[in-house]
Amino acid sequence: MAFPLFLEKIEKLFGRTDNSRSVVKNRLQLVLMHDRADIPAPMMELMRAELLAVLSKYVEIDQQQLEVNLERADGTIALIANIPIMRVRTVD
Amino acid sequence: MSRVIVITSGKGGVGKTTTTANLGMALANMGEKVALLDADIGLRNLDLVLGLENRIVYDIVDVVEERCKLRQALIKDKRNPNLALLPAAQTRDKTAVNPDQMKKLVEDLKEEGFSFILIDCPAGIEQGFKNATAAATEAIIVTNPEISSVRDADRIVGKLEAEAELKNPLLIVNRVRPAMIKNQEMMSVEDVQEILAIKLLGVIPEDDCIITSTNRGEPVSMSETSRAGQAYRNVARRIRGEEVPMLNLEESFGFFSRLKKLFAVS
Repeated sequence: MAFPLFLEKIEKLFGRTDNSRSVVKNRLQLVLMHDRADIPAPMMELMRAELLAVLSKYVEIDQQQLEVNLERADGTIALIANIPIMRVRTVD
Repeated sequence: MSRVIVITSGKGGVGKTTTTANLGMALANMGEKVALLDADIGLRNLDLVLGLENRIVYDIVDVVEERCKLRQALIKDKRNPNLALLPAAQTRDKTAVNPDQMKKLVEDLKEEGFSFILIDCPAGIEQGFKNATAAATEAIIVTNPEISSVRDADRIVGKLEAEAELKNPLLIVNRVRPAMIKNQEMMSVEDVQEILAIKLLGVIPEDDCIITSTNRGEPVSMSETSRAGQAYRNVARRIRGEEVPMLNLEESFGFFSRLKKLFAVS
């Protein structure tokens, strides 16, 4: 048995979760979250921009790393924002 | 008291028509008087699956536009006189009938003494869906363990509740392939049910018999040997209120295929 194949078997044995079943489940859950929340993409974009504008008054944000997404938490849908702060602006 | 059940899915090609035909035949064989109503106007198919295509004289639009009596349009199945089909029109479209006319039609079917009226809903969420759900008091959602049909089914759950006041739809997961699930290559029935969060009515395994029986115009629920046929009969029994355990899909591998697997060279 070739070594990579052997590794694959081992992975299966330990139930690694990159099989197509868990991939499809995750994709489906994510798309359904958006469907159910019924927030159109342009509105998400607008929310993101306005959040950014408000927060930028107080802190400097790494815009490249900013993530605003819908996620599922305890059976409900939550808007989760991951906002890396580069530095706090000095208040006048 | 008649029960009026719409069979719907959102996405096309998941097995609504096959399910309608098979549940109709299975219920009729259990002694129920069943009317099947093809609401897919313009894309008539239920007659083909039932093998009744050569007996159509009048259709649903003829009845609605009063060119014939309801009784004249109903096709009695010769294999089981308890089963009747009201075919869709083929040369018209969804706008030929409106929800009020559907309600009237179903009331008239109830008058005829049918204990079950099963409505085969067209794919989509537009006028055809509104027509098919207008008169129903119960809903069955058919889906496959596949991303797009589950997504559409989720939309349908919401639409049924919001627009048709059909709460608590029941789920049939169709075309299940146990071997793929076992290899983590397909969502399991539990996965689908967990995502849609509605009550499971039945599980139909993928079965080549569906194709051969449809070729002949004989619903697979008439076949004693087919796994899918057995599954459909179980669903019919559950609809009638019997407690029937879900098919153990593992068994469908059979003794010989398990034996083959045992000796298979990997």
